[in-house]
Amino acid sequence: MKATLNTVDARHPAARQDAAPAIRTISLTFEQGEQVAVIGASGSGKTTLLHAIACALKPSAGTLTLANQNPWAVSGRALQAIRGQLFLAPQTPPLPPRQRVVTSVLAGRLPHQSLWASLRSLFYPSGITEAETALAHFDVADKLFERVDRLSGGERQRVGLARALASDASLYLVDEPLSALDPTRAQLAISSLTTAAKERGATLVCTLHQVDTALASFPRVIGLRDGLVAFDVPSAEVTRDMLHALYANKLNELNGPAPAPETIEQPSQPAVMHCR
Amino acid sequence: MGRLFWSLAALVVAWPMLVATEFKPWVFFEPSSMKPTLKFLSDFVPPKVEPSFLALVAKETWRTVAIATAGIAIAFVIAVPLALVSVRVLSISALTGRMNALPASVRYAARALAILLRSVPELIWALVFVRVVGLGPTAGVLAIALTYGGMLGKVYAEILESGETHATASLLRNGSGRLQAFFYGLLPQNAAELTSYTVYRWECAIRSSAVLGFVGAGGLGQQMDTSMKMFNGSEVATMLLVFIALVWLADYASAWLRRTLA
Repeated sequence: MKATLNTVDARHPAARQDAAPAIRTISLTFEQGEQVAVIGASGSGKTTLLHAIACALKPSAGTLTLANQNPWAVSGRALQAIRGQLFLAPQTPPLPPRQRVVTSVLAGRLPHQSLWASLRSLFYPSGITEAETALAHFDVADKLFERVDRLSGGERQRVGLARALASDASLYLVDEPLSALDPTRAQLAISSLTTAAKERGATLVCTLHQVDTALASFPRVIGLRDGLVAFDVPSAEVTRDMLHALYANKLNELNGPAPAPETIEQPSQPAVMHCR
Repeated sequence: MGRLFWSLAALVVAWPMLVATEFKPWVFFEPSSMKPTLKFLSDFVPPKVEPSFLALVAKETWRTVAIATAGIAIAFVIAVPLALVSVRVLSISALTGRMNALPASVRYAARALAILLRSVPELIWALVFVRVVGLGPTAGVLAIALTYGGMLGKVYAEILESGETHATASLLRNGSGRLQAFFYGLLPQNAAELTSYTVYRWECAIRSSAVLGFVGAGGLGQQMDTSMKMFNGSEVATMLLVFIALVWLADYASAWLRRTLA
């Protein structure tokens, strides 16, 4: 799927209305089948950019075009159909703790399944082999019938990526897929993602903190700084000076080990009051 | 200083309430009220265990359990759609900003219906239905179904909204339908709590069907009403013991279900 952003501003839904947008005047084009890494220091707007492309938040200015359609100008049903063609993998894997891994992975196929088929799949998972194949790409096939809450953090992250692979999307938006993985597994995960995207001719946009991985595995790299595009070049043209400018004041994120995953701000939930 | 102020403030607020509710604990210990109470209570020992009476109690117990179970079952059927419609987490338009006008109004309508159903006490519903369908268990079943339908609907929605919603929101964001997101995200997240609350409400329905028996809705309550009116303490004691056993049973059923679903 081709995605185009034209001077897009977007802010996090929980942010105050008068706060500066997390990304500003972003104009980017992602061609069908292209593989792009987005790098930048924490808070530079990487996640917001992915959410804006995924129709998970509405741009406060500018237009987004997905497959020659403006998703915010069509009906709610059509918007949901567009969302079904893309896959946004959040940084913290969205897996209910009491679910079995096979069900969690197959949940990636829900948009292309009828309600009845998906209900039946809860009892007799349809497509166990597909789920297993997807898990095998990330070296967690042995956890197929395990429950999610019995997995380690890294295993959960890989199950989340397997769900992305199981989905039949034509645009993958993956947020920091490596934050909880060891270097070997990280390498495997990235190569599985890029290979799968290539096989399907799908577009892959991946935010990363690991600059060397981004440069080695992706042909195009976008640097974000304070919500603006600092550079957008083929990875071979990225220089040390550009990286230093990108991570200015935050050089520890560039040279040191991967920083701790950013905590995702959840809006505070109302206290439970059970009238008994 | 702040603590002292708030303690005094609490007293000032509490005092008129105590007056309004005629809170006079010393009445308990006046001889004129002690004597009949003690007389009635002393009748409780020993509980009546005649075989014929026990057979009657068993039959009425079964009827009480049946009233509560049938009532809860119908309440469940009322509550699930109410909860599904009024849960904000399952709204697709609410993912990005405000909910659309139509779903928002449907949501308010569902909540209003739940409020209407549960704000009328089951006793009143029972009195209404006793006039419509006559004396007997049907009135009790309908009364429990309506009030508990409203309660379950509200609390189900609250349980579903208070938990972690990340999984559900992610499914919706990736294009799943609302019901798919419910079955693959929201339900596995909250199944144990929903079950234990439902079993607890079943326990409440058993207690409540006893009260409904007093207005002629059948079951153990009606039997207890008769025994009470005849000041037959030993019969009342037997039936209270049966109630304790039922509640104990519900407690174990709930614990077992929670363990299984945990």
